[in-house]
Amino acid sequence: MSDTPSPVLDIADLAIALPGGGDRLRAVDGVSFTVAPGEIVCVVGESGSGKSVTAFSVMGLLARVLKPVAGAIRLLGEDVLTASPQRLRALRGDRMAMIFQEPMTALNPVLTVGDQIEEVLRIHTDLGPKERRAKVLAMLEAMHLPDPERMHASYPHQLSGGQRQRVMIAAALILDPALLIADEPTTALDVTTQAQILRLIREMQERRGTGVLFITHDFGVVAEIADRVVVMQHGRIVEQGPADQVLGHPQHPYTRMLIAAVPTMTPARRPPVTGALALETAALSKTYRSGGLFKKAREVHAAADVALRIRRGETVGIVGESGSGKSTVARCIARLIAPSAGQIMVGDQDIARLPERRLRPLRRKIQVVFQDPFRSLNPRRTVGDSIIEGPVNFGSDAKAATARARDLMSLVGLDPAALARYPHQFSGGQRQRIALARALAMEPEILIADEAVSALDVSVQRQVLALLDDVQRRFDLAILFITHDLRVAAQICDRLIVMQSGRIVEEGPTAEVFARPTAAYTRALIEAAPGREFGRGERLQEAASA
Amino acid sequence: MLGYVLRRLAASIPVLAIVAVLVFLMLRLTPGDPAAVIAGDNASSEQIAQVRHQLGLDQPLLVQFLIWIGNLLQGNFGESFFFKKSIGDLILGRVEPTLSLAAATMLIAVCVAIPLGVVAAYRHGSWLDRIVMGASVLGFSVPVFVIGYGMIYVFAITLGWFPVQGYQPLSAGFGGYLHRLVLPALTLSVVYIALIARMTRASVLEVLNEDYIRTARAKGQVERKILFRHALKNAAVPIVTVVGIGIALLIGGVVVTESVFAIPGLGRLTVDAVLARDYPTIQALILLFSGVYVLINLLIDLTYSLFDPRIRH
Amino acid sequence: MSAEPTLLAPAVATLPPPRTLPARLLRNPVVALGTGFLLLMALIGAFAPFLGTLDPTAINPATRNRPPGFERTLRAEDGSTTTFRHRMGTDSLGRDVYSRVLYGARVSLVIAVAVATIALAVGLLLGLVAGYIRPLDGPIMRLMDGLMAIPGILLAIAVVSLFRAGLPAVIAAIVVPEIPRVVRLVRSIVLSVREEPYVEAAVMAGTRLPQLMARHILPNTIAPLIVQGTFIAASAILVEAVLSFLGIGIPPEIPSWGNIMAEGRNLFRVYPHNILYPGIFLGLTVLAVNMLGDGLRDTLDPKMTGR
Repeated sequence: MSDTPSPVLDIADLAIALPGGGDRLRAVDGVSFTVAPGEIVCVVGESGSGKSVTAFSVMGLLARVLKPVAGAIRLLGEDVLTASPQRLRALRGDRMAMIFQEPMTALNPVLTVGDQIEEVLRIHTDLGPKERRAKVLAMLEAMHLPDPERMHASYPHQLSGGQRQRVMIAAALILDPALLIADEPTTALDVTTQAQILRLIREMQERRGTGVLFITHDFGVVAEIADRVVVMQHGRIVEQGPADQVLGHPQHPYTRMLIAAVPTMTPARRPPVTGALALETAALSKTYRSGGLFKKAREVHAAADVALRIRRGETVGIVGESGSGKSTVARCIARLIAPSAGQIMVGDQDIARLPERRLRPLRRKIQVVFQDPFRSLNPRRTVGDSIIEGPVNFGSDAKAATARARDLMSLVGLDPAALARYPHQFSGGQRQRIALARALAMEPEILIADEAVSALDVSVQRQVLALLDDVQRRFDLAILFITHDLRVAAQICDRLIVMQSGRIVEEGPTAEVFARPTAAYTRALIEAAPGREFGRGERLQEAASA
Repeated sequence: MLGYVLRRLAASIPVLAIVAVLVFLMLRLTPGDPAAVIAGDNASSEQIAQVRHQLGLDQPLLVQFLIWIGNLLQGNFGESFFFKKSIGDLILGRVEPTLSLAAATMLIAVCVAIPLGVVAAYRHGSWLDRIVMGASVLGFSVPVFVIGYGMIYVFAITLGWFPVQGYQPLSAGFGGYLHRLVLPALTLSVVYIALIARMTRASVLEVLNEDYIRTARAKGQVERKILFRHALKNAAVPIVTVVGIGIALLIGGVVVTESVFAIPGLGRLTVDAVLARDYPTIQALILLFSGVYVLINLLIDLTYSLFDPRIRH
Repeated sequence: MSAEPTLLAPAVATLPPPRTLPARLLRNPVVALGTGFLLLMALIGAFAPFLGTLDPTAINPATRNRPPGFERTLRAEDGSTTTFRHRMGTDSLGRDVYSRVLYGARVSLVIAVAVATIALAVGLLLGLVAGYIRPLDGPIMRLMDGLMAIPGILLAIAVVSLFRAGLPAVIAAIVVPEIPRVVRLVRSIVLSVREEPYVEAAVMAGTRLPQLMARHILPNTIAPLIVQGTFIAASAILVEAVLSFLGIGIPPEIPSWGNIMAEGRNLFRVYPHNILYPGIFLGLTVLAVNMLGDGLRDTLDPKMTGR
C-alpha cells in the first residue's frame, strides 16, 4: 500500500461486542479495510452481516448497547474510537458525513429543506446568513434539483423520495468531507430513481475526490458503482479486493453463492404456455374517491382498464414502480378489495362483483402469498393451525388436513414436526415457505405472489423462487407474480405486464419484452436496473457452477 | 385556512347536538315524572303543574325537545327552581372565579410539566426520569381533594402563608385575588402536571428515536440543539393535544377544588345544583362545560399547523 | 431455529407463548409490588370483621371526634369489659374510623372490578360492531363522540343525580363515561388489524366472520384491554371517592373511603385524621392499581410505554 495515497479511512481489526443473549458474541469481529481518497468501497452482505454496524461505528453513532472492544478506526489518521465526544461532533458533518436508507424519515419534517442543509454550515462554520444561503442554493443546484429557491423553502413532505435523498446528499457533501458513508442509500427508492442517485453519488465523488464507504446488499448496485468490494458474512470479512476481481473471480464460496444468487437480466427462452385459461380480466378498474360535503372531490385511478389473462402452468409478471397500480390489480383479483368496474373471470364465473357470501366457495381457487413475511402469519397461532384453517373451513376434517399439511411442509422444504411451532420461531424465508404451504393447502388454481420475495435476502430469494417454479409444475398453477424488480421477473415469468400510473403500458413474452421493449417506460426501467451489464455475462454461470 | 376553520366549526355542531340530545334525554328517560323531578322534592302541586306547562311536558317528546333547544338557542337556559333566578344570570355571576382558577392552573401546569417531561425523556432511564415518572403516577393516584386538604394543612394551617379558603374577586385588588388563588391552582395543577409531563416525555422519547435525530447527530449537532430544535417541535402536536384533552380533567377538578376551597364558581354551582336536584341548572352547566371543552379542542386542532407543516388546511 | 441472525432484523411484535406471561409479569418489581398491595387490600376488605374492628356504622354520641389512639371501655353483654383503642380516632358521630376505613376497602375494590368489567364488556362489543359492521360505525361513533364531549366527572355527576344514591347508581355513573374510550380503542385495533396480511390470508382461506373475529382479531384486543381495564379501575376508585366526597355517591351507611372523608371535611382543621387515614389508603390503592397498569403495559403492549 506504499504507492497508494494515505487512506481517508483505515479500519483495523475492529471488533464490536453484542449485548448478551444473541446468537453470537460480536456484531463484527476482525474487520480491517481502507478507503482511499476518491475511491468507492462497497461493503456488501446480507442482513445481519454487520455491514451497517461497521458504518455506524465510523460515525460514532452506534446504539449504546453495541460497544467497540478492539481495533481502531482512523479517519485521516485520527482514531475516532478514542476521540472525545466534542472532537467526534466536530468531525461529523465536516470531515465525514453520512446518508441513510430511508430518505422519507431521515429529514426533519417540521424544518425546511434549506434550513436543514444550512444547519451543517451553522454548526461547523462562521459564515453569515447570506453566504450560507448562497452556498446552499449552489449545492441544491449541483444536486440537479429543480428550482433551488423554491426547494430551499420547501418542507420534506413536499418532495419525492429521490429529491429527499438528493437533499441528504447535499447536506452531507456541502463541507466537502473526506469521507462519505452511504448506508443502503437507494434501497428504498424506485429503480429509475435509484439509477439517478447512484449516478449523482458517482459524479459528486469524482468531482470532489471524496472517499465513499457504500453499504449495500445488492450486487447489482455493487457492479454499478464500486471500485473495491468488501464482502461480509456473520460479522466477518470473507473477501475483499478490486471490484473486477471480486465480481469476476470470486474466491470465497459465500461470495460465489451471493453472486450466483443475483438474478440475471437475461430471461431464459420459455416456450409459450398452452394450458387452459385460468383467469381473465377485462376493463378492470379501481378508482378511489375522496372529499365530500365541504372538500373538493378527488379521484385517483389506482388501476384503469386492466386486461390480462393467465393460463394454467403460466407465470405472468406485473412489473412497475410504487404507485403503478400493480398491487391494486392483485388485490382486486384476490377480491380483497372490490373493483370499481370491469370483469374478473375465473373459469366461466365473473367474481368482480360477487358479495362475500357467494364469493366464499370460490375463494379456494385463488390464493395469495404476501410481501411481509413477518406479518403474513398470525403470531398467536401455530403454523399448523394457520395451514389447516382453510381446508377445515371447506369441510375437510382436521386430521386429514394436518396430514396434508405435513406433506406440504416437506414439499416447501421444512420439517413437518415444525407444525406445532409459532411463527416467531422461523426466519423470514421460512415464513414465506409456510405462507406458500398455507396457500397450497387450499389446492388453488391461481396463486398470486404479491412482492413475495422482495423482503428476502438474495440467497433466500433464489431458493423461494426455485420453490415457486417447482410447485407450479407440480400443481399446474397459474401464477400472477407482482414485483418491482425486473431482474426477479426475468427469472420466473413467462409473460410480463408493465404497469405505470394504473395502466398497462407494455405486455408480452418476457424474453421479447427484454429484447425489444416498445414502451419508453419499459426501456427506462431496463436501463435503470442496477448491474444489468454485470448480470448478463457468462461469468455468472461460471460463478454459479464453480 | 378560513374554510378549514368553518369546516371544523361545522363539524363540531353535530357533536354538540348529540350532547344536547343526551342531556335532554337523560332527564326524560329517568323513571318518574320529570316535572316533579325538575320542580324538586319540596315543590307544591301547582309548581309541578307550572313546570309541566313551562317545559311543555304534555307535548310529544320531539316537540318538547324543539321547545327546549329553541329556548337554548335564544340564550334562554330557563329558570333555576332552587336559586329562583335565571340560569343565565346565575352562570354569568360564577364565571370569573372558575376562569381564574382554570387559567392559573393551566399556566402552572404547562410551565412545570413540559420542561420536566423534556428533561425526563432526555435523561431517559436516569434517576431523574424515574423520579418524574414516579411522581406523575403518584399525582394520578391521589384524589384532588386529598391534595387540597394536604396543601391547606401544610401551607394554610401550619405555615399560615395562605388563607384556608375563600375567593376574592379581581376587582377587589390583585394582591388578594392572587393570594387566594395560589393554593387552589397548585392543588388542581398536580394531576394536570402529571398528565402533561408524561405525554411530553413519551412524545419526546419517541421523537428522539426518529431517523432525523440520527441525521442531526451525523451533522455534528450538539445535543441541546437536537433536543430543542429538532425534537421538541416534532413532539408538540401530541403535547398540545393532551393539554386539550386534559381540559376534561380540569373541569372535573374544578368542581372538586371549588368545593374544597369554598370558591363560588361554576364547579361549586354544579355541586349545589346536584345536591338540590336543580335539573335545569345541571343541564345548562353540562351543556356549557361540554361546549367549552369542544371549542377549546377545536382551537387546539387549529394550532397544529403552527407546529407541523404537513398539517395544512 | 432461526437461520438469520437477528441483529438488524425488523422489529416484530411477537408475543411470547402465553404460559410464560404471568411469570414474566411478576418478575417486574413494579407489578409484583402493585399486585401484592392489592391482594393485601382485598384480604383486608374480606376479613375486615376479624381485624379488631367494631361495627363501622355504630354511632356513639359519647365518643365523638376523638383523636387517634383514644381508648374507651366496651361493655359486653355478660358485663365484662374490654378496652378498645380507636387507632384512627372517631368521626363526628362517634364511629370508629379504623373500622370504617377497613370496611371501606370493600366498596373501592368492588367498584374498581365492576366498573372495569362492565366498561370493557360493553366497550368491546360496541367497538367490534363499529369496527366491522360499516352501517353501524357512524351512529355508534357519533354517540361516543357526544359522550366524550361531556367531561367525565360531570357526566358521572349527571347520571348519579338521576338515580337514588347507592352502589348500582354509582357504578353506572362511573361506567358510562369510560365506555367511549374502550369503544375507540377496540375499533382502532379492529380497523388496523383487519388490514394485516394474516387477516387477509384468513379471508382468502374462506374464514367466516365469527371465526375471523375470534381467532384473528379479538386476541389482538386482549392485551390493550387488560391494560386499559387497570387504568379504568384506578380511575373508578378515584371517581367514587370524588362522588362520595361531594355527597352524591355512596350513602354514609355503607362506609367508603370517599364518604368517610366527606364526613370529616367540616372539622378538618381540628381533626384532620378523618381525611388523612382514608386518604392514605385510597392513594396507595390507586397507586398500586396504576403501578400494575404501567407494568402490564410495559410487558404486554410495549408500543404504548410511557403514555
